Amino acid sequence: MELVTVSLLNGVVYGLLLFMLSSGLTLIFSMMGVLNFAHASVFMLGAYLSFQFGRWVGFWPALVIAPLACALVGAAIERYGLRRVHPNGHVAEILFTFGLAYVIEEVVTMIWGRNAVANNVPAVIDFPLFTIFGSTFPAYKGLMMAISIAMFIFLYVALKKTRIGLVIQAALTHPKMASALGHDVPGVFVLVFAIGSGLAGLAGVIGGFMLLTQPTLAHAIGPIVFVVVVVGGLGSLSGALFASMLIGILQTFAVAVDYSLLDLLRVFGVAVSRTSPLHEALGVKLATAAPIVPYLLLVLMLIVRPRGLLGTRDV
Amino acid sequence: MSGTTRYVVGLGITMACLAGHALADVKVAFIDPLSGGAASTGILAQKTHQFYIDAINAAGGLNGEKLELLSFDNKVNPQESLIQLKRALDDGARYVVQGNGSSVALAITDAVLKHNERNPGKEVVFLNYAAVDPALTNEKCNFWHFRFDADADMKMAAMTDVIAKNNKVKNVYLINQDYSFGKAVAVAANKMLKEKRPDIKVVGDELHPLQKVNDFSPYVAKIKAAGADTVITGNWSNDMVLLIKAGKDAGLKVAWETYYGGSPGTVTAIGDAGVDTLKQVSEWHRNAAPELDASVAAFTKRYPGKENEYAYWRAKTMWEMFAAAAKKAGSNDPVKVARALEGMKMQTSLGDVEMRADNHQILQPLFVSTLAKGVKYDSEDTGLGWKTDAKIDAKATALPTTCKLDRPK
Amino acid sequence: MAVAIVLVLLPHVPGLDTDFGRSLLTQMAIAAVFALSFNLLFGQTGLLSFGHAVYFGLGAYAAILAMRAINQGMPLPIVVVPIAGALGGFVAGIAFGAVTTRKAGTIFALISLGVGELAYAATFMLPGLFGGEEGITASRTRAAIDLGLPLRTQLSVYYAVVVWAVFAALAMYAFTRTPVGRMCNAVRDNPERAEFVGYSTQHVRFVAFAAAGLFAGLAGGLHAINYEIVAADAVSAQRSGTVLIMAYVGGAANFIGPVLGAVVITWLQSSLSGYTSAWLLYLGLFFIAMIMFAPSGISGLIVRHASIARTRAFAGVLRAYALALVPLAAIAAGMVLLVEMSYRLATQPELGSRMRLLWTSVDAATAWPWIIAVVMLVVGFLLFRLTWRPIAAAWDRAAPEAAAR
Repeated sequence: MELVTVSLLNGVVYGLLLFMLSSGLTLIFSMMGVLNFAHASVFMLGAYLSFQFGRWVGFWPALVIAPLACALVGAAIERYGLRRVHPNGHVAEILFTFGLAYVIEEVVTMIWGRNAVANNVPAVIDFPLFTIFGSTFPAYKGLMMAISIAMFIFLYVALKKTRIGLVIQAALTHPKMASALGHDVPGVFVLVFAIGSGLAGLAGVIGGFMLLTQPTLAHAIGPIVFVVVVVGGLGSLSGALFASMLIGILQTFAVAVDYSLLDLLRVFGVAVSRTSPLHEALGVKLATAAPIVPYLLLVLMLIVRPRGLLGTRDV
Repeated sequence: MSGTTRYVVGLGITMACLAGHALADVKVAFIDPLSGGAASTGILAQKTHQFYIDAINAAGGLNGEKLELLSFDNKVNPQESLIQLKRALDDGARYVVQGNGSSVALAITDAVLKHNERNPGKEVVFLNYAAVDPALTNEKCNFWHFRFDADADMKMAAMTDVIAKNNKVKNVYLINQDYSFGKAVAVAANKMLKEKRPDIKVVGDELHPLQKVNDFSPYVAKIKAAGADTVITGNWSNDMVLLIKAGKDAGLKVAWETYYGGSPGTVTAIGDAGVDTLKQVSEWHRNAAPELDASVAAFTKRYPGKENEYAYWRAKTMWEMFAAAAKKAGSNDPVKVARALEGMKMQTSLGDVEMRADNHQILQPLFVSTLAKGVKYDSEDTGLGWKTDAKIDAKATALPTTCKLDRPK
Repeated sequence: MAVAIVLVLLPHVPGLDTDFGRSLLTQMAIAAVFALSFNLLFGQTGLLSFGHAVYFGLGAYAAILAMRAINQGMPLPIVVVPIAGALGGFVAGIAFGAVTTRKAGTIFALISLGVGELAYAATFMLPGLFGGEEGITASRTRAAIDLGLPLRTQLSVYYAVVVWAVFAALAMYAFTRTPVGRMCNAVRDNPERAEFVGYSTQHVRFVAFAAAGLFAGLAGGLHAINYEIVAADAVSAQRSGTVLIMAYVGGAANFIGPVLGAVVITWLQSSLSGYTSAWLLYLGLFFIAMIMFAPSGISGLIVRHASIARTRAFAGVLRAYALALVPLAAIAAGMVLLVEMSYRLATQPELGSRMRLLWTSVDAATAWPWIIAVVMLVVGFLLFRLTWRPIAAAWDRAAPEAAAR
């Protein structure tokens, strides 16, 4: 019981971190069809910038400045990079962001070095928020959860209730028509990319405390974010939230399970001999298999239902 | 047409960039992680080795020749390490220094053996300063490999000796990295606990992916649920720091029995919660003996700063033995130096050391220490430092070996 | 024929006749086969795959296990080990291709990404089969039969690899000329039309996938022979990314393109990293520049220039290029200065701030080098922009003349 509750809590925290990252990506991917490989890199940039600004002006201002800086970077990427590459096709756009990810990682190394920087949780939020079953729950994780949920509410309201949100939604599914109606679709693209990058930067501020702030941060979390976006479904913010929670909880629980398919078979009275070639594969504990769970989900989803769980259109 | 053009172009490009190398000096290749999750450990080690090489050069060099350190990034990846090894050998290196990642060490020792068999006259010697998988001096031993750190079994023997005397230990949880070294730690822990304290219950035996886990909270939850009072772990670098961090965040109250509790960043991560709970087995610690002061001060003068806190006492032992072996052999030829190195005995500030001739494993004093307040020298500006629980003499650390060396004629 | 002579003589050219040089050439050959196999999917059939290293890696594992078996007595010569690699890649291609080729475009790309990550994680889960973190090692010199060709030296390895590589390249070229190969092109250009003609696009893609897997596995087998170790990074996302960069930079539209890309990128990865710790940054910037300004790759550039090479106006184009060379050099110098100084200060501060760059020595702690670098960058860029018009004008003169020929 204790393990289940604590694991659930951990899973929710991890899931909300994933949502912070993937909300921006889902916007960008749904709108422009661009698989933005540089999204996790902007997340990493946010972590570094918050560290640096935090040193200069303190944590709370950095919480605001770092995401803004990332938003500007995102706008620049779209305006001066992606837009120029757009006529060459989707593939070129994807490859552009792919190369950009490498470049951002190296630029970060160039400025802050290869070691992890001492991006420690600021004292103001470094205290146990509450205790459950003997385990403490730190306040910065609570802050992260609050920001993540606030992000969801903000995006939901902005997309569904404001005018610019309606235009974005239209451009999401029918860019040419929206353009023909006189809306500045390229301008909308820049705006969406900027917002998406800003959200990634905000995720980076908190994520930088939870994970180590080092140049390989983007690699560590990048691939999972794609899984979330695809599994959740394109064009759907709720889908992204749902998928992040699903994957966060699944992975966290998987680590806690020390049973394998071998054990399952044994329950049904089927014994597999030790010398059988299948023995090793079936003997893999779910805890060890935890890393592949998201990718298995991704591949299955794409084969069975490419629309994703709550998507509004096909990939 | 474009086919031939391609080759001319490729040829031109390649030729333009292959400069001839000066073949003077004794070149030593350092192949360790200089980027990625283990960079902090690798970079610090690089500085330490450079420091001692500079000391040898300042004292007149190795039999008159200067030592040169060439650094290569192995990314804790055996394949990448072999690529870098090839580069190093082509650059003229005759000595290879590596330590971080037993997986890498196993690949390198195998590759060095193959290279030496195929290239008589161009032999290479492998100086291993930190990879402690016992296999390297047992079933996978070879004449060209020398290990300058106590192996995982030797360290576990020291650790379990101290645990055996502690009646408060009842439930032990093992958590290690899923590769040869981590598995060796788990195996040794299970075996030795059973021998020395059969009443201790091992309540968990976990293997997690190497350098890949970002968040150890699920593992910490498991440790809690199993009701452990002691955790034994061989984790190093990021894996150690993140595990400790997650434990502290969750308010986990256990004794941490570690190999690498001194990994850069660990003491900072655990803070006051580590007093009397964080323990390590190592060949030294800052408060082990006053004789260390001069050596540490010299290093800190050259490399000041918290991230350069001195950590590799065994590197000093290694280079001093190496220089002595070259002097004894009267030559810098790897085969002769290797012959002089095996069986060599030396005196250090912490006690006597010996390089075993039968399996090329060093015997040096081991310390089991605990993090404490109020000690003379603290770690990472935290006000907390290490205090000796027990010291084991070099000779007492020796364990039986299955190694049968194939010596060159 | 000329190509064969060049390949035979290459490792004896001074500068390349060291172990390092021959090693480099061997790596280029392996990368070339891998990149060509990738292009069977990308350039020929229009399928963008982010997980092609899976077939390379699984082939490499199959090959190293075969090598192990030979070490332990199986009576086969080492040189046939790439066949085991090819088989491994082929089986994997069929197994994964059956499920993943149902869709094309972005879905296919995402699935390939997922499969790639899946395979990478799975290799750690089955250490008995894949060797875990340590990987699997074998020896290429221990065999019952050696046909008088012991692979003891890097030179002999080079020849063995090159023979296989040429064979593979010819086989792939032949594939593109068969009806199935032609249908791959059709499916790439207009899948709907291909369906109307009567071919199942999924079937064609599946065939292309299996073929690509086979040749990628072959490259993996060569890799196993060259390094005598195969570990999980043989199936890693990084390797998938590298082969993609190679094919794209070389030019996916041309059959030879990926080979060019493989040569250039392998050289950059190998040699450049010895000169500067910022090599990955330069590679990334180079890649981005290619995507933005030369999407048809190096081979595309060569083809375009070849078409105007014989016109009289070509000299004018060359003159315009020469004009642009100086500002370009200034931009490059400024950028390199900034990058190298930043890297030195950030990653190796203990080496001090004085550093050697090309032929001079600068002190990164002072303001002057930074100011000079920024000035060179800005002025160079402005001047470079001015040269765009004469270059465009020169091309405008040359193009109609080339078209008229």
